[in-house]
Amino acid sequence: MENTSTMTLEKMIMSLFLVVATLLTAYAGLNALDNIFGVSMFIMATAFALGVAAIVTGKFEDTDTEYYNYSVVKAGVIASVIWGIVGFTAGDYIAWELAFPALNLDLQWTSFGRLRPLHTSAVIFAFGGNVLISTSFYVVQRTSRARLIGSVTPWFVFWGYNLFIVLAALGYVFGVTQSKEYAEPEWYVDIWLTIVWVMYLVVFLGTLMKRKEPHIYVANWFYLAFIITVAMLHIVNNAAVPVSFFGSKSYIAWSGVQDAMIQWWYGHNAVGFFLTAGFLAIMYYFVPKRAGRPVYSYRLSIIHFWSVIFIYIWAGPHHLHYTALPDWTQTLGMAFSIMLWMPSWGGMINGLMTLSGAWDKLRTDPVIRMLVVSVAFYGMSTFEGPLMAIKAVNSLSHYTDWTIGHVHSGALGWNGFVSFGALYCMVPWLWGKKEVYSLALVSMHFWIATIGILLYITSMWVSGIMQGLMWRAYDNLGFLEYSFIETVEAMHPFYVIRAIGGLMFLIGALIMAYNLWMTVKVGEEATETSMQPAIAPVAAE
Amino acid sequence: MEFESLWAFKETWGLIFLFLLLVAAFVYAVLPGNKDKFDEAANMPLREDDDNG
Repeated sequence: MENTSTMTLEKMIMSLFLVVATLLTAYAGLNALDNIFGVSMFIMATAFALGVAAIVTGKFEDTDTEYYNYSVVKAGVIASVIWGIVGFTAGDYIAWELAFPALNLDLQWTSFGRLRPLHTSAVIFAFGGNVLISTSFYVVQRTSRARLIGSVTPWFVFWGYNLFIVLAALGYVFGVTQSKEYAEPEWYVDIWLTIVWVMYLVVFLGTLMKRKEPHIYVANWFYLAFIITVAMLHIVNNAAVPVSFFGSKSYIAWSGVQDAMIQWWYGHNAVGFFLTAGFLAIMYYFVPKRAGRPVYSYRLSIIHFWSVIFIYIWAGPHHLHYTALPDWTQTLGMAFSIMLWMPSWGGMINGLMTLSGAWDKLRTDPVIRMLVVSVAFYGMSTFEGPLMAIKAVNSLSHYTDWTIGHVHSGALGWNGFVSFGALYCMVPWLWGKKEVYSLALVSMHFWIATIGILLYITSMWVSGIMQGLMWRAYDNLGFLEYSFIETVEAMHPFYVIRAIGGLMFLIGALIMAYNLWMTVKVGEEATETSMQPAIAPVAAE
Repeated sequence: MEFESLWAFKETWGLIFLFLLLVAAFVYAVLPGNKDKFDEAANMPLREDDDNG
């Protein structure tokens, strides 16, 4: 086995980097101009110092006993479940706040404006991000038949990413934001994420490069596109000049409509490459794996991949219909959004038809049912998206709850369910168990969450279309028929239904957390003939 | 080089280049000669079990 020496070159460089980073952040913290910046710097300094201590005391030695590095994958799984529950709880709480505004407690820290970015970042970046990091580290090892490169670097990616989340959340609650949707964290958090993300790319690429398989399996292509594109989007959208190196406030380099366009180029491709490409990678590994059949068409998967890559990147302008953005740019964004039907249906057919000849598994295996329904939601929400990008439809749907319903059919139905499916597969495999603790509880999770999602999206369809129609209603004298507050009042019952739907989704996730916990604690040990042995043969190196 | 000429260059040749690249990817995907390669790749996640078990 490699890495048996106590101090490798990797560990020395990493320790040196962390020592320098500790000193820099501690210095910045001592000179901080505002409280949140100071607290953030001390959190960073403490985390870096702990990292150095962990390296020096050999905390990363014990992970080197197996062929694959599963311990960092396990950590990612645990973080995913915890962040998922935090994010769903925050989301449902603000859903109740919208229905009953007194729930904001009249405190700035618990107001909708502060908790909303906390919710979106917790579900997308904390839950989704940890799911993507852990599954990508699992899949790239298994399909490359190679151990993750480095012993400290994968841990640096995991802890560094979760440090980013803590720093971001701290800023949201205390009002530090650069006011860019899905990119709220200020400059110092952005720089930290950039460093972590580059190391993520290094670990992923390095593992691919030492693969013992001739081909790079399609799931890895999607993961790679996700990592590279997110790096590009993050750096360009967050280009900013801090007012001081010792304070949290910064100004974005872009201005006016260019800033709006860059923001939605980022925002839409965060959907395209974080929430679509990344989770499609999960689909292309876990659906075939769980069904025990190869993907329906490998050719289609290549066409799916390249059409996502070439088309998605142009669709951003549909967020800026009827704004100061030039008309031709809006039309371009609309046209490319409609073209996205091609990869949408290609991907859905490929995922669903993988089950052909094994459809009975839908009845007997609730995990495959969850995965298949996630693909159905992928097809449905990516059909709805291009539809809403058409200017005429957008004039009705934009700024209404229809958008929120659309986002959640994708986020809860597609991203949520495909992640839950992957977690139900991976936990027994990683901890060497035969199967999850209770398939009946998986089934219960599936039904409670599915009904919750349906309540959510149907109430938002009704509420959103009603809202859009009320805004554009004129009386016979040409005056607006309704005041804004009348539309808000009309939406109340749908807000309550939505909050109930969200609560059901949260209850489902709590059932999952219990089920996965019990799998690890008391699950039946896997035998040699089980479908995914935990220990691989020793490499021939 | 003027900004306008650079802009015209990327608007035309950039578009043609990217489009041809996409067509090339599609041709690669449907070429009959790649069948064995794709079949082998498609079975990779399932094969890892046999080899490891």
